[in-house]
This record gives sequence, C-alpha cells and structure tokens, in this order.
Amino acid sequence: MSEVALTVRNLRVVFGAAEPVVHGVSFDIAPGECLAIVGESGSGKSVTARSLLGLAGANAHVTADRLELGGRSVLGLTDRAWRARRGKDVGLVLQDALVSLDPLRPIGREIADSLRLHTTLGAAARVRRVLELIEAVGLPDPELQVRKLSGQLSGGERQRALIAAAIAVEAPLLIADEPTTALDVTVQAQILGLLEQIALAGTAILLISHDLAVVSRIAHRVAVMHDGRLVETGGTAQVLGSPRQEQTRRMVAAIPTDKPRGTRLSLTARPADAPGTTCALSTPFPRESTVVLEAIGLSKSFRRPDGSRQLAVDDVSFALHRGSTLGIVGESGSGKTTTARLLLALLAPEHGEVQVRGQPWSAAGEKTRRGLRASVGAIYQDALGSFDPRWNVAEILTDALGLRHERRAPQTTARLTTLLDEVGLAASALPRRPLELSGGQRQRVGIARALAARPEILICDEPVSSLDVSVQAQVLDLLDDVQREHALSLVFISHDLGVVAHVSDQIAVMRAGRIVESGPARRVFAAPQHPYTAQLLAAVPRLPA
Amino acid sequence: MSDLEVQAELAAHSSQSRQAGPARRLGVAEGAAGVFALFLLVAAVAPTLLAPGDPLHIDPLSAFQSPNFAHGFGTDESGRDIYTRVVHGTQYSLVIGATATVIGLGLGIVLGTLAGMLGRVVDFTVNRFLEVLFAFPGLLLALLFIVIFGPGVATATIAVGLSTAPGYARIIRAQLRTVRSAAFVEAATVLGRTRWQVLLRHILPNTLAPLFVLATLGIGQAIVWAATLSYLGLGAEPPTAEWGAMLSAGRTYITSAWWMSFFPGLFIVLTAVTATVLGRSIDRRMRHA
Repeated sequence: MSEVALTVRNLRVVFGAAEPVVHGVSFDIAPGECLAIVGESGSGKSVTARSLLGLAGANAHVTADRLELGGRSVLGLTDRAWRARRGKDVGLVLQDALVSLDPLRPIGREIADSLRLHTTLGAAARVRRVLELIEAVGLPDPELQVRKLSGQLSGGERQRALIAAAIAVEAPLLIADEPTTALDVTVQAQILGLLEQIALAGTAILLISHDLAVVSRIAHRVAVMHDGRLVETGGTAQVLGSPRQEQTRRMVAAIPTDKPRGTRLSLTARPADAPGTTCALSTPFPRESTVVLEAIGLSKSFRRPDGSRQLAVDDVSFALHRGSTLGIVGESGSGKTTTARLLLALLAPEHGEVQVRGQPWSAAGEKTRRGLRASVGAIYQDALGSFDPRWNVAEILTDALGLRHERRAPQTTARLTTLLDEVGLAASALPRRPLELSGGQRQRVGIARALAARPEILICDEPVSSLDVSVQAQVLDLLDDVQREHALSLVFISHDLGVVAHVSDQIAVMRAGRIVESGPARRVFAAPQHPYTAQLLAAVPRLPA
Repeated sequence: MSDLEVQAELAAHSSQSRQAGPARRLGVAEGAAGVFALFLLVAAVAPTLLAPGDPLHIDPLSAFQSPNFAHGFGTDESGRDIYTRVVHGTQYSLVIGATATVIGLGLGIVLGTLAGMLGRVVDFTVNRFLEVLFAFPGLLLALLFIVIFGPGVATATIAVGLSTAPGYARIIRAQLRTVRSAAFVEAATVLGRTRWQVLLRHILPNTLAPLFVLATLGIGQAIVWAATLSYLGLGAEPPTAEWGAMLSAGRTYITSAWWMSFFPGLFIVLTAVTATVLGRSIDRRMRHA
C-alpha cells in the first residue's frame, strides 16, 4: 500500500460544450485521513466525487494531470475496468439509502454483493463476513438484520447497511456523499461516529457535505469548493477558526447553531446587515403577553395497518404570544408534523382544542374558520409540492392575494412586485414556474404566498430542512425580517435543534407525541431539564469552539 | 425522499428538454402522423375536396377493377370507386371514434369523480360496479348493448363509448385520489379557499389534464372497435361508405379482389396508428413542459 490513498491533480470535468463544472481541482488523501469537501449545491462537489468513481456521466469529459487510487492511475479507464475497481479500491455511500438499496432484496444479500464480485470468499465465509460487517456498523441482532428488506429499516439503519456494503471489501478509500443529510441529529451523530471509526481503522475517507458544522466533527482537513474550484484547503480547525476566503467566511457565518436570536446569518443587499450583526438589539421585538394561538391538551391517533391505534400527538399544550416565536423540535416520528396539521385545522384533534386569539379554531366548523384563515398562514418543507404545478409565480401570488378577477390590472402587477421585493425576489420571477426556481427561491415564493393574506400567525413546518446551509441562512434571515416588519407570531417546527435554538423565544421539545420539556429557549438550552433534551443538544453538530 | 425525486426530475428536465432536447424535436413518425391526421381532417370536413365523386355512384360496367389510373384504389362489385368511398368514410369513422371517446370519457369522469370524491360507501359501490364491467371484454359489452338496443351507427357509437368508460373511470379515480391529497390542495385550504374553489381550480384541472392524452390514444381504439362492429354487421349498413362495412363487403371477394378490403383496412390501421403516435407525442411534451 502506498502512502497516499488518493491523488487528484488538476481535475477538470466538462459537460458537453458548457463551462467546466470542475476547474483544476487538486488534493490528496492519506490512509486513515478524512478529507471533507464542503460547498453549496451546484459547486461541483458531487461531480468531483463521482469522477473519482468513473460515474460522472456519459456526456462528461473528465481530464486530469494525475488521478490515482492507491498509487495506480485510473484516468481513461474503460467501463469494464472501472467495474473491477469500484467497490474493491473505492467504496461509495450515498445520501439516500432508501433509493440506493434494492427494495426487494434483503440487506444481507446487498452487502454480500461486493464480496461475491471482488473476493474469493466461499458462500459460508461470505455469510460470516456479512454478519461481522453488520455488527461492525452497529446494527443490533445481525442474524435478524440480514433478512430484512430496506423498507423495514429506519433511515439510520439503512445508512448503516449501506456503509457496511461500502466497507465490505475493505477498500482503501471510502467516498461518502452527504451521508447524513436526511437523518435526525442523534442518528447523524452516530453515523459520523461510525465513519470516524472507519477512518481510525486506516481507511481514507472523502466526505462531501454542504454543512461545515457536520464535517467539522470528524474531518481532519477541509476543502471549500465554490464554482468548481477549491477556494480554501487546510486543517479543519484552521479553516473554520480563521477562514481566509470570502466563501468560507460566508459558510461559517451561515451556521445557525449557538448564534443568538436576531443575529444575521447571510449576506444581504442591505449593507447594514452584514452577517454577525444583531438587529434585535437596535429594534427590540414588540413581544407582548397577548396569546394569539393556544393548543390545549391536543391528542390525535392514527390507525396502524394491523388495526390498533397509535397516538401521534399526546396531550400537547402550549401558547404562542404575539410577536414571538415558538420552536417545536423533535426527531422524525415525534408528532411534529401532525401537530402542525392540527394547528392549521387540516386535522381535527380527538381531544383538546386549538384557539386562535381566544376564539375556537379547531372546534369551529370550516365555514366559520374560513373567515379566520387569512390570519393563520403556513410555510411548508416541500415548497414545490405546495404549489399547483400548472401555475407560475404570478398566478400563485395573484390567487393568494385574492385578486384573480383583477389579474390584468396594473395595480395587481404593482402589488405582486412589492410582495416579491419583500421576500428578496425580482419581478422577473413572475412568469416562471416554481419547477424552474432553485430551492431557496421556491421557499421565498412560499413565504410571499403566506404573507399575501397579511397573516398574524405563521405555522412553519420544517421550512429550511431541504435547503443548503447557506440558503437556509438566507431564508432564516428573511423570516426574521418579515416577523419584525409585520409583528408576526411564528410556530417554527424543525428537527434541527441548532436552527430552532437560533430562531425561537420559547421552545417545546417533542418526543413520541409528547412535549417532554418546554420553556424559554435560553433556559432550555443553557440548562436542559429532561435527559432527552440534553441528548439532543449533545448531538447537534457544532463548529469547534 | 420527495425532494430527491424532485431533484431527479429536475435533472431529467434540464438535461433532456433544455440541452439535447429529444422531446422537443419532431420525429419522422410524428411528422408523418401529423400529415396523415391533416389528410383525415380534410377528408372528414370536406371530402369532395379530395374525392369529388359520389361514394354511392354505381357503375356496373367498371366493377371489380384492380387499382389503375382512373380508380386509384380499384372498384367494388358494383363499380363504386373505392378511393372515393374510403375518403367519404373518414367522416363516419372519425365522428364515431370521437363521439364514442367523449361518451366514454364523460361517463368515466362522472363515475371516477363520484368514487374519488365522495365517501367510502360510494367508492366501494362504484368500484364493484366497475369491476363487474371489467369482467366482460370491452367488445362483448358493446355486443350486449347492441343486442338489447338493436344495430345501427348510433347504438354502435354508444356501445363503444360505454365499453371504454370503466377504464377511464378507474384512471380518473386514481388520479383524483393522488391530487386530492397533494400538498398544494392542502395549501389552498389553508389559504381559506372553499371546497368548490379547491375542486374547480386545483383538483379537476390537475386530474383531467393528463386525460386528454389518454383520450387521443383512445380515439384510435374507438375507431377500430366501431369498424369491428360494422364489420360484424352491427354498425353501419353495407351500402354506406363506412370502413368497417366496406371491409365486411370485401370479405366475400377477398381471393379475387383484395383491394376491396385492403384499402379500408389500411386506413383503419393508419388512423389508429396516427392517433397513438400523436397521443404519445402530446404526452411526452406535456411531461416535459
């Protein structure tokens, strides 16, 4: 084994006649080292990782001065030669294990595949090795797991199975492309720990992520990618502690964890709002003690496939004060989304009720409620899915403004432009369909639609969880701005404690349908009372202090 | 998960329709289908433009002529010009095909909407009813209807329409259920829209738009079925210049005068193929638009 697991010199990837997606990227990874390539979506980080596997795509033109895996050049390998090396010399872990695993094959056979292709192990030895691997990645009860289908595993278990398959042949290099992005924080922490162990065992790891905080836990070195170039490379502590480049500084600033409420995370057009400045100090929130939204002993259950009932939300109570933000945090399956749907009266609670400004909301009929609907807006995680696919931005917003009958009037266009301006979009977005917009732009349109009806309360269900950290920073800042301007009261639901901590005044921690802890955000984070809150807090990825 | 799908779709969207654009370019098949569809349309609206003669004009002296300069497609047992008859027959076929599809689609929309929008009891009842209809092959259902109401062009059309309805109803029901639980329908409710507004603005348009593609494909099938019924003597009566009826009349002379059945048959096949090619083309375009 040579000293270097992977050598890349002046890697360029071009698709067709377009501008290169990757311009002259160079780096090395030593055995046992973990290098993280961090960048926003579209920065070329995934394409870089894929070219190292010969998977950049049929119309990609990959060139490099040197591209060596374990000291052997892999430039210009044929498909056949690549197949012989993939899995053996380099393993790959992808973001979504659900689509990476065959839903109809037990995971034991998926893991055994690379053993069958790349080793001379007999059937019995393969079974032993698969059991060993399943144990090594920390899945309980290996004998039982091998027979499970990917659909029977949770997200974290699937990711573990995928890692087991990737390390099966003990490839000297493991490439992990956003391996924890879809996972809960506690599971994410476990998977990162597992990758760290693999690196300790001598495997070189190339970690691809959009989140500096996530990689800072295990990466030895960090390379920041922007527009197809590596703009800054160095030791993790050095890059994060004293970033030299503008892009790196922006990415560090975008991390919401441990930044007090009101701190700006993104660079905006307003010069006074540089990242790090706190607007809250100059313009304090008009927080009042008036309760605008109250949940009283909410419960809701669903029927399981076997006919028994499962409580999704169990005796949940809280109050939202005017102008403040209530953060609801919990992992997947904790009942957050059901709570959001109860608050929006899309579901009726079995017990308890929701009141808006002291008036019955969940207990009222939809006819009565419709008059109040304008005061309760919503922002969804999947912004794209929340727009009628046949409509463009202008139609979506005209409808939300209730101006369908005056859509050609000049005042309508003026109001649309003002609304878009408020969420930081240009009027040129009007004729476009949401499908043609980026994730951040879509969420801005979603916020504009929610603001159109001049609501008092906004229910935000995971509004930033499908966005990159840097785009997330912009959307969080935007929400902060509109809250201040319109004195909005927000319910902010997220699985990401770092985000919730940044935006909330009050906080409620949910687990298995119940609120296990609630109180002022500062108090909950400084001195968590419930062990689960403490566990969640410990798992949040942070930049090294 | 859903976000990933969206990303994949976006990737497919940008790589296919933006750059290479196989979906945008007109294929040879689409071009040919378009030209033939134009020909059919002219033949249906103004048949005298393409074939000035009378399709029922009898000329016993020139009976059984094979295709020649005077009679491009030959003549039948009474000396009627096959080409003129085929052109004039287009009207029947297209009208029968389109009417039958409209009947089938209309019934399908009613049944599918009932099943998809109303409660579980209605859904169950409509579904069992559809399953009973599905148990019969479509053509058998049409035959049954004709047996009860007697042969003729009108009954044949209604019969074909009826037998295609269960298929449409099924698709509409499934599509409705998907759209009804879509996030944008919920978003409209949150904005305070009434049930009728949500139904008319979001649910119906998004359910029905994909159906027009299916309807285009269905017209081809309906034409074949209508011709089949005529061939069996249950639709248009023999002297009428209808393709199925002409095919039936030519059957007797198939060994000596192949052109009598060949040309009507060719037009039935080409029309069905044209409808299919155009339907698929529209479908592809709509998916990438």
